[in-house]
Amino acid sequence: MITVEAVTMKYGSFAAVDDVTFTARPGRVTGFLGPNGAGKSTTMRIMVGLTRATAGSVTISGRHYVDLPNPGLQVGVLLDASAQHAGRTGREILTIAQQYMGLPRSRVAEMLEVVSLTSSEASRRVGNYSLGMRQRLGIATALIGDPEVLILDEPANGLDPAGIRWMRDLLRGYADRGGTVLLSSHLLHEIEVIADDIVMIGNGRIVSQGTKTELLHAAGTVVRAADLETLQRALVELGIATSLSEDGALSTDVEPTLVGKVALEAGVALTELRSADAGLEDMFLELTATSQREGAAS
Amino acid sequence: MTAVAAGILTRRGAVGHRVPLTRVTQVELRKMFDTRSGFWLIASIAISALLATGGVILWAADDQLTYSTFATAIRFPVVIILPLIAILAVTSEWSQRTGLTTFTLIPHRSRIISAKAISSVIIAVAATALTFAVGALGNLLSAAVTGTALVWDVTVTQCLYYTLGMVLSLLIGFMLGVLIRSSTGAIVAYFVITFVLPTIFGLLAESQKWFHDLQPWVDIQFAQSGLFVFDQALTGEQWAHIAVTGVTSLLLPLAIGLAFVMRAEVK
Repeated sequence: MITVEAVTMKYGSFAAVDDVTFTARPGRVTGFLGPNGAGKSTTMRIMVGLTRATAGSVTISGRHYVDLPNPGLQVGVLLDASAQHAGRTGREILTIAQQYMGLPRSRVAEMLEVVSLTSSEASRRVGNYSLGMRQRLGIATALIGDPEVLILDEPANGLDPAGIRWMRDLLRGYADRGGTVLLSSHLLHEIEVIADDIVMIGNGRIVSQGTKTELLHAAGTVVRAADLETLQRALVELGIATSLSEDGALSTDVEPTLVGKVALEAGVALTELRSADAGLEDMFLELTATSQREGAAS
Repeated sequence: MTAVAAGILTRRGAVGHRVPLTRVTQVELRKMFDTRSGFWLIASIAISALLATGGVILWAADDQLTYSTFATAIRFPVVIILPLIAILAVTSEWSQRTGLTTFTLIPHRSRIISAKAISSVIIAVAATALTFAVGALGNLLSAAVTGTALVWDVTVTQCLYYTLGMVLSLLIGFMLGVLIRSSTGAIVAYFVITFVLPTIFGLLAESQKWFHDLQPWVDIQFAQSGLFVFDQALTGEQWAHIAVTGVTSLLLPLAIGLAFVMRAEVK
């Protein structure tokens, strides 16, 4: 479990991270979502003691990171897969981690197998690795100590679609067996497919957080039917506000379950009934638009 | 997740014991050798020691073929390479950004820096031992080849002085690495200190009487030069010079550098 409490990081008068509070729980994948420069990486560096917060604190399984006697055994960290000495081989980088943690030597080969790096790839210098291979090596380094908490900054960067699928399955399995996974991304879709909980950050502040279901359903329901007018009348009679979109769908603020029941009672055959998942995306795009980088384009 | 991964990744989350400094030091020592550049830098100590020995045998006058001549000749390349090794051991964590992993696995930075200091000193002592060994071989070989008498004109005490001199030279590099934390910057600073500064100090000492008296108290290399002279013992005043310059030019900047290392963000 990772508990972030009122963390603030100021550079002069600029607050890169501003009063951030959230919890990443065991057995769940927590997605840390935000555009570039939103403060995700800074927050993650603060978690592992590489950056000192101006205020606030982070505890991992109840302890401050620096107080963990052998942190690699409890927390697997991948902050930047490219931050490796280009002259070392992949196997050597894993061996260094294995030795710091005092693990058996066999662990290195085991991890290479877990992340599907072949023996000949592991003997090559990291300077010759693709970004995808570096990510795999970074994930191996994070996992080698068999930790119960994972902190991964943009781990899907540079992975091909098969690699992303592989990582998703790996992290899913890890969380399902009780592990705590926190991963960041600037891609909404990536977070949407893997995360159970989402923490959205923009300009250093948390703009939204909750379970994925909550956040996705916050926007209500989209429904289509052959006889849309009858359905709309039935909904309005129950005091449910509706709006008709240009493409002939009806939107409401209530849950799909309720809309389905109303349709059944009214005897209207539905052609489509789904959650309006645009809420998170709208919020994310709005956030992206207000950040200086993409502001001009949108 | 594959069955293989599930068996290996049990997320045990063991609390474990505090990583002992000996283990951190072993890893830091390993990291000095495990890159191609690191390996060749250390290998260059042995290579240059052999070259210097060969040079002495080929070109030194017969009456100079003594052990001290060999030890002095080998010192020149070795004493330049050693600080570079110490610089890179420290700065690579920042220049190559490996610190992101290192300081995450061992979150107390003072322990990593201590381990690097210890492993650098181990390298310096080992390099000095190698210098003595190669010098001894050269001395034996030259006596056999030229037919001159074998002269062992270095005492054990002088060997210890020499070792101390080597370690202090390396520590200057270590200090620069900690203070500057950039490979290029620290190496440039090292060459300025080693080659530019002595020239300026020398000229100043020649032209200004007051500086001539002051130099041994401010010029760390000048103060330490006595350690490498085999024909005389160090006086109390010379030890005082070494101590004073050691504090002002080595320990003080090192302390400033350490203060920054402890606080600075690792990115």
